[in-house]
Amino acid sequence: MNITEKILAKASGKNNVTPDDVIFANVDKAMVHDVSGPGVIAVFEKLKKTGMKIEKLWDPEKVWVTEDHFVPAADKISAQNVILLTQFAKDYGIRKHFKYGMGQYGICHTLSHEEAMVLPGEVYVGGDSHTNTTGALGAFAAGLGHTDMAYVLLNGKIWFKVPETMFFKLNGKLPDYVMAKDLILKIIGDIGTDGAAYKTMQFGGNGISEMSVEERLTLTNMTTEAGAKSGIIEPDQKIRDYLAQRGATNYNEVHGDPDAQYSKVYEYDASELEPIVAKPFSPENVTVARELSSTPLDKAYIGSCTGAKLEDLRAAAKILKGRTVKIRTEVLPAAISIFRKAMDEGIVKIFMDAGAMVGPPTCGACCGAHMGVLAKDEVCISTTNRNFPGRMGHVESKTYLASPLVAAASAITGKITDPRDLK
Amino acid sequence: MEPFTTIKSIVTPLDKVNVDTDQIIPKQFLKLIQKTGFGQYLFYDWRYEGGVPRKDFVLNDLRYKNSKILLVRDNFGCGSSREHAAWALSDFGFRAIISTSFADIFYNNCFKNGILPIKVNEQVLCKLFENESEIEINLGKQTIKNENIDVSFYIEPHWKKVLLEGLDDIALTLKHDDEILKYENAQRNSRIRVS
Repeated sequence: MNITEKILAKASGKNNVTPDDVIFANVDKAMVHDVSGPGVIAVFEKLKKTGMKIEKLWDPEKVWVTEDHFVPAADKISAQNVILLTQFAKDYGIRKHFKYGMGQYGICHTLSHEEAMVLPGEVYVGGDSHTNTTGALGAFAAGLGHTDMAYVLLNGKIWFKVPETMFFKLNGKLPDYVMAKDLILKIIGDIGTDGAAYKTMQFGGNGISEMSVEERLTLTNMTTEAGAKSGIIEPDQKIRDYLAQRGATNYNEVHGDPDAQYSKVYEYDASELEPIVAKPFSPENVTVARELSSTPLDKAYIGSCTGAKLEDLRAAAKILKGRTVKIRTEVLPAAISIFRKAMDEGIVKIFMDAGAMVGPPTCGACCGAHMGVLAKDEVCISTTNRNFPGRMGHVESKTYLASPLVAAASAITGKITDPRDLK
Repeated sequence: MEPFTTIKSIVTPLDKVNVDTDQIIPKQFLKLIQKTGFGQYLFYDWRYEGGVPRKDFVLNDLRYKNSKILLVRDNFGCGSSREHAAWALSDFGFRAIISTSFADIFYNNCFKNGILPIKVNEQVLCKLFENESEIEINLGKQTIKNENIDVSFYIEPHWKKVLLEGLDDIALTLKHDDEILKYENAQRNSRIRVS
């Protein structure tokens, strides 16, 4: 069995599973945020109306709550939802609640790794499609709808059809100026936005071993954009070190067997990869950045769980250092702990010296919520994960997806720019 | 939830691929937390311009006013996991959606809200797009029919059961956990044997 099959077999008390088996898996961790949380509350309310008593959750210690989409409260309703979510956490005894403006807070997927909320070998579900992100730690991580999340919160388990696994092997270390974002955009361009529908995308090979934990998280994060059920990478020493730095050492790693089966193996040669951009209106609509070098932009957005981790900010700062932005540039670190580290490293100063705005951690404009949404016909280069029509604002705005290096280089010139071409 | 048996209706043809959940229900409505009333916001940015219905959008075409079946192209429901998308479609009155493929989370959300998502092949989908008359969907028999079309479709056995019996309720599906598992795997094994 491969790693995904072994985790799901273990979670369902079986010795062996194969793709397409339907299993009920025990869940180790579950997460809701300020959109899916109120969604779950709505499901609970409906159930209560039918006479069902909902007095306690399956295990409040395994559930955690974040506020990230519409915070700092974007308007009156968002503010009300935060109150609702806070009351929900209190009523059901959920202690791990990352409240914005109170200690550690930020985007749910970022907190999942930054705070070691999820550990290798676990089954983790969240009320958000990018829950896949956390699979980079060696966990089975998948997003669910509100009703399914409500079910998990009450029962601690959920059924899955065991997905088949596509294996993406990266040979060699990524060249300078090429990031994990370029690789995953290239892959999505190759297989399409439904290329991994109900499948697991696993990444491996010596190129992945060379890759940092944060870069790996970019890969698994965007498996969602290929329709994948989950993304996963086998844990190694880098993961152990990363988690140990965050106080987590007690877990049971799972690794695939030597004869593990994959439905298909794709190989990528790192030396052949280049900075890539996904054009509007789909993450699969990719081309090399150099081909778009005459595309004028209105703004650059460096944010989200995909593209505002500490290393993403470091990459952008490397480009922006000593230069001035030519278009509006917004930088929103993915968690306040990352903001603090960026401040301590002098990165925030670099952004400010370049003229960029540095804002609070939030999903913000990535999902078109607030903090820099796009007007009609506005064109943005963004380190985020999706560029469907209207994703970041007006349905006739345009978003180009790129790495933090490409976004920063483009911020300097005002048009799409391959960072290798920056003078 | 009302049990799903057969429905007969004109089909609303929405000729678009990769329709993501943000098109189905734009982000500004996610803040609303009631489970009903989302139908008025369905496809909001395509349906309205400055609050006025756009004449060129299919949902504003009176021919499809009481349609219960939505016809769309590949990868419908991709993007965000927001269940509001299924809530909006259901609240608007759609009971079935026909496409070649659906995004995984959206597909599951449909069943929780009494919507039958049907996967057909490209050829059948094209034929349905060309066809302007009513069709009948029979879930028990797993067929789509009218005078020009007669095709069958596959649906996972437990989802069929959930819809036929109107078991969208978590409280009810809970009781059926073990049954669902046994039933699904037995069906799967029997399929493997015959094929």
